[in-house]
Amino acid sequence: MACYSTRLRTRQTYSWVGKPFLNPKLHYHSYKEMSVKIEGGLTEIHIQVGQFVLIEGDDDENPYVAKLVELFEDDSEPHSKKRARVQWFIRFCEVPVSKRHLLGRKPAAQEIFWYDYPACNSNINAETIIGRVQVVALGPDEVIPMDLKNEETLFVKLSWNEKTFRPLSSELFAEFDKLENAARCQKPVGAKTKAVRSPSWTRAEHDIKRIESRHSTSKSRPTPSHPATPRAKKRLELSGLGFPRTPSTRISQQNSGALLDSPGRSKRKVALSEITSPTKRSQPDELHTLSPALKTPQKTGEIHSSCARNDKKASPDCQRILRTRVPALNTMEIIEERTLKPIYRGWPSSVVPSVILTPKNIKKREAEEPEAQDETTSTSHRIRRKSSFLTLNRIRQQLRFLGNSISNQEEDEFLPAAEISDSSSEEEETSTPPLRGRTSSRVSRDPSSSMKSSLQTPSKTPKKTPKPHTPRHATPQIRSRNLAAQEPASVLEEARLRLHVSAVPESLPCREQEFQNIYNFVESKLLDHTGGCMYISGVPGTGKTATVHEVIRCLQQAAKANDVPPFQYIEVNGMKLTEPHQVYVQILQKLTGQKATANHAAELLAKRFLTQRSSQETTVLLVDELDLLWTQKQDVMYNLFDWPTHKEARLVVLTIANTMDLPERIMMNRVSSRLGLTRMSFQPYTHSQLQQILISRLKNIKAFEDDAIQLVARKVAALSGDARRCLDICRRATEICEFSCRKPDSPGLVTIAHLLQAVDEMFSSSYITAIKNSSVLEQSFLRAILAEFRRSGLEEATFQQVYSQHVALCRMEGLPYPTMSETMAVCSNLGSCHLLLVEPSRNDLLLRVRLNVSQDDVLYALKE
Amino acid sequence: MSSRKSKSNNVIHAEYLSQVQRILQVQYKHLIELLKRTAIYGESNSVLIIGPRGSGKTMLINHALKELMEVEEVSENVLQVHLNGLLQINDKIALKEITRQLNLENVVGDKVFGSFAENLSFLLEALKKGDRSSSCPVIFILDEFDLFTHHKNQTLLYNLFDISQSAQTPLAVIGLTCRLDILELLEKRVKSRFSHRQIHLMNSFGFPQYLKIFKEQLSLPAEFPDKLFSEKWNENVQCLMEDRSVREVLQKHFNVSKNLRSLHMLLMLALNRVTASHPFMTAADLMEANQLCSMDSKANIVHGLSVLEICLIIAMKHLNDIYEEEPFNFQMVYNEFQKFVQRKAHSVYNFEKPVVMKAAFFYAQQLPACLQEMDAGQFPPQMATCIHLQVLKWRGGIILIQIFLTS
Repeated sequence: MACYSTRLRTRQTYSWVGKPFLNPKLHYHSYKEMSVKIEGGLTEIHIQVGQFVLIEGDDDENPYVAKLVELFEDDSEPHSKKRARVQWFIRFCEVPVSKRHLLGRKPAAQEIFWYDYPACNSNINAETIIGRVQVVALGPDEVIPMDLKNEETLFVKLSWNEKTFRPLSSELFAEFDKLENAARCQKPVGAKTKAVRSPSWTRAEHDIKRIESRHSTSKSRPTPSHPATPRAKKRLELSGLGFPRTPSTRISQQNSGALLDSPGRSKRKVALSEITSPTKRSQPDELHTLSPALKTPQKTGEIHSSCARNDKKASPDCQRILRTRVPALNTMEIIEERTLKPIYRGWPSSVVPSVILTPKNIKKREAEEPEAQDETTSTSHRIRRKSSFLTLNRIRQQLRFLGNSISNQEEDEFLPAAEISDSSSEEEETSTPPLRGRTSSRVSRDPSSSMKSSLQTPSKTPKKTPKPHTPRHATPQIRSRNLAAQEPASVLEEARLRLHVSAVPESLPCREQEFQNIYNFVESKLLDHTGGCMYISGVPGTGKTATVHEVIRCLQQAAKANDVPPFQYIEVNGMKLTEPHQVYVQILQKLTGQKATANHAAELLAKRFLTQRSSQETTVLLVDELDLLWTQKQDVMYNLFDWPTHKEARLVVLTIANTMDLPERIMMNRVSSRLGLTRMSFQPYTHSQLQQILISRLKNIKAFEDDAIQLVARKVAALSGDARRCLDICRRATEICEFSCRKPDSPGLVTIAHLLQAVDEMFSSSYITAIKNSSVLEQSFLRAILAEFRRSGLEEATFQQVYSQHVALCRMEGLPYPTMSETMAVCSNLGSCHLLLVEPSRNDLLLRVRLNVSQDDVLYALKE
Repeated sequence: MSSRKSKSNNVIHAEYLSQVQRILQVQYKHLIELLKRTAIYGESNSVLIIGPRGSGKTMLINHALKELMEVEEVSENVLQVHLNGLLQINDKIALKEITRQLNLENVVGDKVFGSFAENLSFLLEALKKGDRSSSCPVIFILDEFDLFTHHKNQTLLYNLFDISQSAQTPLAVIGLTCRLDILELLEKRVKSRFSHRQIHLMNSFGFPQYLKIFKEQLSLPAEFPDKLFSEKWNENVQCLMEDRSVREVLQKHFNVSKNLRSLHMLLMLALNRVTASHPFMTAADLMEANQLCSMDSKANIVHGLSVLEICLIIAMKHLNDIYEEEPFNFQMVYNEFQKFVQRKAHSVYNFEKPVVMKAAFFYAQQLPACLQEMDAGQFPPQMATCIHLQVLKWRGGIILIQIFLTS
């Protein structure tokens, strides 16, 4: 034991225990154990990787709870700091108040939650660790013991991911177990070997059973530890326990009975420290405390042989045995196995806690097998549920014509989403990347700001609802308001809220065909693992971007449900770039989080997309406002469309622009040829479609007359077919309505008159009113211009010419003689309003004057 | 007494404010409702305030913001960003200014401003993070809005309008402009994102209202300390308003421009004549002020010319009549001048050619507009003379009309 660095703190001294070993990838030394000396070395606590620890926090009474994943020395710091990586747990009091109701029950006093939130940084300073704590994992239907004397024991039953509480998935149980095992054998967590079932092993396993049938429970307990991967070890452990005893039902019953009677009833739970399970205490002698390094099991007879045999096998094989065994077991065996479960695995030092699998745990893991046992039905039922069916349902829901009111839809959306993610997280144990970190208002937890996690599909929420408090992110935000925004009170206010363009409707009516086309395109590319381009055009306000977003949202749901392979979604907007080449920087940053200059980013991206990579997910790239990516050499567009043509890239590019013939007009042949012919154009909305959109938004609210809606739909359809305009007019009409009928009791109905006024305000030309309201001299100057135009027959005149006309006009009308300066001022006034077009460069007498309004308009305005 | 005068000047400003508010009641109501909805409900909005210069656009928005900030729940919850198209001449500067005014730099810590691209994505990220109910609403006031439309790709406007139309940080984008054709300047996708709300300020009052404004601007308020004087002063103002010549002056002013700012200027000129010995404004003061206001600047210049210079201008006028609209050079002007001198040798001294040349140059320099247009440095000296005289010719044409009329 060597102390590498000791730094005196006020109360506690932290030092490493054990030899460091160099992590070759990350270039730092990691440790397995740390000792904390308190008060001058009187007491010393050893903390090892895999144990549960308390960590200093804001609240002294409720320190943070976490599981130690790794201890290491950070050499990048000047004083070589001790760091630790942890998996957080969260106390109920740390859950945001607004989300607490989601639990649906009163939390137990010592209940904590597995914190399943990837955006939180798990890297902490090791010297903030206060001490150890016991954490017991409970299955979903177990009850938290209320009358525990030991207040130091905490229970984890559910996981919390900032949105929902969920029962601990089998994956998490496995992780518990895995980490524990890893800690025990002091080997880095290796690659998980896949559990492959081979029927031949059932035979061998039966042999083992027969051989070892007469072993007592106690003797079998000290199973050999194994340098295998954690998972393999876990299985081994099972075999060591289960095999000797299972063949005879009688024995197993005995065993189960005996163990059930034993004080260690709580063995069903995972005991996490040496003091937890009384069974272990009662048989301390029989525990062969095997250090992971110690590979020779000190055992006798058959068990030795079996163990040796297991040892000889490579871990995957062992696993195979166990994997296959379980389905074959009958109910009896399972029960027995469960009761036998509290295996204790010794640790070199007596202080070591250990996680022991609960039967629940096993069940969950085995729930994937079709032969799930009775006990597991609750879980397996959920798992077996076709999540794909849900997604289909969901898409149907999206497409639903005029759906429920928005609030209903929100509810609908919420529930299936939760379910899908539940089942998917359980199903794809291995595919989900380990989630670590947490986000909350607790800044103190991690001083270093974490990079924004890339938009990994499984972890990305479909709805873009950023957390109001995310100080962790390096990007800043507008400060939040002190007083919450008021909610709409009246019908009109509610209507106005829904009519706002920003209100994202649950379904996009009238774009079903386009939705389906884009969906099919992207889905087929995802399923085929190929790439492709699509060009989407349409005038502004026809729902192009909204439809694509909808498609992506649905696909992300489908990806969660495993209907389509997971994919990465990136969005860039040509208008949000300062110059076309910045698109590389944006894509790279969203893809990998790296920052680079435009040229470097282009190289990196090319390397990424053009070289063969193993196990890579498809990237879906949305390029909005494509025309702005035009450059002289068109290299940006060329690259964007060239990458998808490479097989390895697996890139789907969706491009959006306003003009239908953009590829022909501005692109070189080699670029437009790469873009391909997959095109789609969004037609402007017709009046009936606009009407439908309005009606669907105003569902369940009686704020508009039916005729009024029809009127506005027809007006807008005739002008542009821009849905935004339509919504804006309606919104303005509600304001006018509210303004005109000030009586508080009458709710007010928006009538045709209100809408007409709104339409007038927005579309009527202001030139005529401007001329009508201009001063006398300005009006006569305009007349002079008309007269001069008529005289010369041209549409342009110099100031000098107009001035002479103006003087004559004034004389005729009996106005005082207009001086040159006055007339010039009048002219420049009109020019600044752009009623006249005047050139700024050649002012003075030779100023050329043109009208910016039609002559008829001027005549009409001047008539009165 | 002088202190009293300055006081009354200050008061005029305040009166002016309330006046604007009363004239623009409808527009004011519209704007304040809009701002309140953004501030209280977190609704994003965009609006353009359009009106000719001096119609009270800035006054309107300032007043509305002032009233808004007086509401207690709003004052701490609203961020304001003021931009001016004349100051923020491109998006890069505008972005920095926005970041500065939003105080975002604090969040970045010691990070000083990065590149343009970084700034943009930074700001967009910041604005994107918010949502309707929890983020502080930001009110963007873009003065000289039309100048923002000349920025490359209209990136800033696109992004502001885009945010105001999506569920991000609530924004109120308020553009002030005097251009009536502002919507045609917006690119189609920017235009589609703009909500098309326009508030027009058109100076739509008539002469009687104009008179009332005149009276209210001159009257002393009730809280003026010297009650006796303020009574007398107000009486005098009432008299002035009924005076025929004053009405004529005002009518003339009103005819030229309905701009309240120019009325303000006129009154300031008149008020400056008020002294301790001359405590009340008279109609003559106003008339004189009006004369100052409507003075023809070019005729003024000609008044101060020497005999030689006037002779040269007359010569140019003759040339202009002979070769209509054709340019001529200094030699031609000099020849014309020589002819004139020979005919009337008794009245005008025959100057040497260099002296005449110098006079012509001096004259050209007195009119800075000529020099502005023609950069003499670019041409050889002879050419320059020729060009200046060409300008003088046109100028002279009108100026001589002035002279003939006035003399």
